Amino acid sequence: MTDIPFLSLAIWVPILGGLLVLATGSDRNAPLARVLSLAVAVAGFVVTIPLYTGFDASTSAMQFVELQSWIPRFNINYHLGIDGISVLFLLLNAFITIIVVMAGWQVIEEKVAQYMAAFLIMSGLMNGIFSALDGVLFYVFFEASLIPLYLVIGIWGGPNRVYAAIKFFLYTLLGSLLMLIALLYLFMQSGGSFSILDWHQLPLPIEPQVLIFLAFLIAFGVKVPMWPVHTWLPDAHVEAPTGGSVVLAAIALKLGAYGFLRFSMPIVPDASQQLAPVVITLSLIAVIYIGFVALVQTDMKKLVAYSSISHMGFVTLGFFMFNQLGIEGALVQMISHGFVSGAMFLCIGVLYDRVHSRQIADYGGVVHTMPKFAAFFMLFAMANSGLPATSGFVGEFMVVLGAVEYNFWVGFAAATTLILGAAYTLWMYKRVVFGKVANDHVAELEDLNAREFAFLGILALCVLAMGLYPFPFTEVMHASVDELLRHVAVSKL
Amino acid sequence: MTDMQKLYLLVPLAPLAGAILAGLFGKAIGRAGAHIATILGVGVAFVASVFVFKDVQAGNTFNGTVYTWMVAGGIKFEVGFLIDSLTVMMMLVVTFVSLMVHIYTIGYMSEDPGYQRFFSYISLFTFSMLMLVMSNNFLQLFFGWEAVGLVSYLLIGFWYDRPTAIYANLKAFLVNRVGDFGFLLGIGLVAAYTGSLNYAEVFGKAGELASQQMAVTGWSLITAICICLFIGAMGKSAQVPLHVWLPDSMEGPTPISALIHAATMVTAGIFMVARMSPLFELSDVALSFVLVIGATTALFMGFLGIVQNDVKRVVAYSTLSQLGYMTVALGVSAYSAAVFHLMTHAFFKALLFLGAGSVIIGMHHDQDMRNMGGLRKYMPITWITSLLGSLALIGFPFFSGFYSKDSIIEAVHASSIPGAGYALFCVMLGVFVTAFYSFRMYFLVFHGEERFGKEHHDHHGDHDDEEPAADHHHGLAPGQKPHESPWVVTVPLILLAIPSVIIGYMTIEPMLFGEWFKGVIFVGENHVGLKELAANFHGPAAMALHGLQTAPFWLAMGGVALAWFFYMVKPGIPAAIQRSFKPLYVLLDNKYYFDRFNEIFFAGGSRLLGKGLWKVGDQGVIDGVAVNGTAKFVGWVAQISRLFQTGHLYQYAFVMIIGVFVLLTFWFNRG
Repeated sequence: MTDIPFLSLAIWVPILGGLLVLATGSDRNAPLARVLSLAVAVAGFVVTIPLYTGFDASTSAMQFVELQSWIPRFNINYHLGIDGISVLFLLLNAFITIIVVMAGWQVIEEKVAQYMAAFLIMSGLMNGIFSALDGVLFYVFFEASLIPLYLVIGIWGGPNRVYAAIKFFLYTLLGSLLMLIALLYLFMQSGGSFSILDWHQLPLPIEPQVLIFLAFLIAFGVKVPMWPVHTWLPDAHVEAPTGGSVVLAAIALKLGAYGFLRFSMPIVPDASQQLAPVVITLSLIAVIYIGFVALVQTDMKKLVAYSSISHMGFVTLGFFMFNQLGIEGALVQMISHGFVSGAMFLCIGVLYDRVHSRQIADYGGVVHTMPKFAAFFMLFAMANSGLPATSGFVGEFMVVLGAVEYNFWVGFAAATTLILGAAYTLWMYKRVVFGKVANDHVAELEDLNAREFAFLGILALCVLAMGLYPFPFTEVMHASVDELLRHVAVSKL
Repeated sequence: MTDMQKLYLLVPLAPLAGAILAGLFGKAIGRAGAHIATILGVGVAFVASVFVFKDVQAGNTFNGTVYTWMVAGGIKFEVGFLIDSLTVMMMLVVTFVSLMVHIYTIGYMSEDPGYQRFFSYISLFTFSMLMLVMSNNFLQLFFGWEAVGLVSYLLIGFWYDRPTAIYANLKAFLVNRVGDFGFLLGIGLVAAYTGSLNYAEVFGKAGELASQQMAVTGWSLITAICICLFIGAMGKSAQVPLHVWLPDSMEGPTPISALIHAATMVTAGIFMVARMSPLFELSDVALSFVLVIGATTALFMGFLGIVQNDVKRVVAYSTLSQLGYMTVALGVSAYSAAVFHLMTHAFFKALLFLGAGSVIIGMHHDQDMRNMGGLRKYMPITWITSLLGSLALIGFPFFSGFYSKDSIIEAVHASSIPGAGYALFCVMLGVFVTAFYSFRMYFLVFHGEERFGKEHHDHHGDHDDEEPAADHHHGLAPGQKPHESPWVVTVPLILLAIPSVIIGYMTIEPMLFGEWFKGVIFVGENHVGLKELAANFHGPAAMALHGLQTAPFWLAMGGVALAWFFYMVKPGIPAAIQRSFKPLYVLLDNKYYFDRFNEIFFAGGSRLLGKGLWKVGDQGVIDGVAVNGTAKFVGWVAQISRLFQTGHLYQYAFVMIIGVFVLLTFWFNRG
């Protein structure tokens, strides 16, 4: 392995690049800010590619490890590393950042540099979350990443943005504080170590395990979000600008789910096993309850937001069945959801930019004026309904198979998404795209421009590629997931 | 890769290439380019299938992987082909009917602006269907299964302007998803208990499955697997109560009604169960379930065909009923008879649909039989071919339908599985009903008084789902005469009429009683299947001659005679019967209220539940009480505590003094 610190690059290239973009200052330099942002985003993606190409799929050990002392007094280290669970999220994150920059290109006209910089910095911070192996480092990145998203919603958001931003901030802050307590407790118990890998080996009695598990459950559950702490997400999505929604859905939601795999399950395996039925129940409620709620939404963005919650229910469900199909299926679902929900929000953004409405009732017959758009939207809607040959199918299929293996009735409940997912997605599609031209706004719509065609096209390729050949995606996970399952099966009591 | 393996790949990929060309580059290659590219693709697939057929006939089968899609949980998920006698028969049927439909479409869709898109879809369908039948594993089966569902969805809603079409395609997709729900659970059980999705490996472990019980529920594992899989078949092959989507699917252009909703896609369920015969044979409970569902569909959907006035809908209900017959055959372990009927039905039902489409062209897109009559003079080829198709459908001796349907009836007769008595009643009476509605349509369309070209009938408003969309229901202007369709339409009719007549005579011996399906379709020792029939079989001619003396033949003749009497001799009778049996007529006219029930209970119920969970659960309890309630509580505490921050020095001093006293009290009493 080379000595180039690719993980640091993946974190600091976008952050420093973002600061550079910020330095272009006022909107007079907007064109420069845009070009520079795209360059930084592309560079940020390029430095993550070696993480995949140089990745050794045969080992579950941490790779590309970097270890520097940061605050020696408390034994806090700048400790980075990735394994088969985290590697794909860095690539996804860097990739989505390019899409977001493209999506905001013409749409954002005010405070361009600040907008772009917020996304770039956020991208770097999120890479930090996925690669941090030190508890404090993780916590810092985790909290810091809230700020740019908070600003994006609060500044470039819709009319009710302040309520949404504060709700989002407080909800997640509540969770993080509980996590902080858990981290400090672990620091004490481990005799002064903040190393996550040390915590994995730390023996703990069952009572503290349960308490730590609950603290993590709330912290990560809010992020995912799991029912019943999900209500911030629809509000945040509705008010966020398109780029904000894309990052929120594609990356931010994954942070919580990732936390379960990196913290809850390996650190407190016994509590995880014992309380798994609780998580599974909450997940199934998310799949079914939220599926019905999504069905009756009148606002497209809210509908897709609820659909996101329902799909993330599949992720937490997959994790806590403790079988390989379930966990890998959940990871695949997370990646796929990054593409698909991102694409769905971009599609809604394309319509919103033209008509300035997200209400389903304001549309109808869009296919007449925007046939190319309708074709892309159809593909993504089908992926959202889990149609085979799209990425949406792969994870759902794996999790359902894993669930049937785990318990037939859990599989039964999970499989209802096949019906519900298709119902809410295609019903919306029907009302928006099919039918006669509903009104003058629809009649005047212009089809996709080259820029929109490009980013939807790239995502369409990703969705199809992953659906037709998921092998490269699952291949990198096996060793780490196997090791995780082995680790969780051994009691720490 | 051997040459044969390349050929296998060519079969599905050629139509896919055509679909991509016509779909993505439709504008560039133009209308002619689109139909040439797709017809070429399907033509290549057909020719290649013929070669594969010759090869299989010579005894060469194949079971291998094309590529590994994914590995997880110790299970290999693969894309691969299983080429055997069952597969190759399906390949021939699919590519042949598809080729006919492609050619026919040139004429039928000639004026449609979505010409290229249509060709792209039907070629994509052909690809998906071929992947489905050629699969050697459950994953790819499910792929094909859902992909044909997608194309069916796109094609039913092809005219996306029409509210009825986009209602019907959503309905079709969702009802199919209900079936897929069961199907997926079945596949999940197979994967969980065998650790494999490969047919050969799973069938190899069938014996183990039969002796196991499910972990949580305690059910017989094999029964649960078979019933779950069959629920998938019920969706795709439109068995009661998941049949509701098929009649509405007639909103799509007629060529796809022939290809997808009659000849091929809807038979996927039948094919799947036949393929799974090593599993189904081990569960009598599942077989009885299959039998009863099939018998119910065969008879009761036939009744509905009697009261329809739209030509396409008559043929649609007839399709439902015939699918019921195939399912019945599966239930009595006569898998080869089911597949045999699948094949003959594919030809004659495609013929009848395309014939109906030809009539619709001739009538300028009027589909109401009440406006037709006497068309035989104007459309001779359509007339003769439709007559041949109808005779095949009612099972007239020597026609293809006779051989397949009679075999099914005999197999039911010989069976002793629970439900066989009920099934025999249904399929026998069904013969009469089939003959009656088929010839009712035949007489109303081709014989009798010429009712077209008069003042426009309106549709009497008796079919709420028949809302005429202005641009597609013109009908003939007064004085205008129907005309025979162009050759691109009539040639496929003729080419389909030939197998509709002779294919049964030619193939019954090898398919039902010979070695053709040996090693592919499995019938348990304890099931009669077609064994008794085989003992009494003395060649197709003898069978047909014997058929003239049996009950089904006379039931069919009775049905034809009654139709002739009602609609040719005394046309007043149907209306009189309709009046005197009003409640029965209303029941049939409302299709046993299935649609109404689903609309209110499932669709309405789901929306109500969704609204309830959203308004009460999310907005009321979680946001209202928990989230905003917390915020309000914090606000309230702040309000209270603000009262202490008065800014008056004497109040602060007073509180301090009290505090000091309290502290001192504790201090002195601490010992």
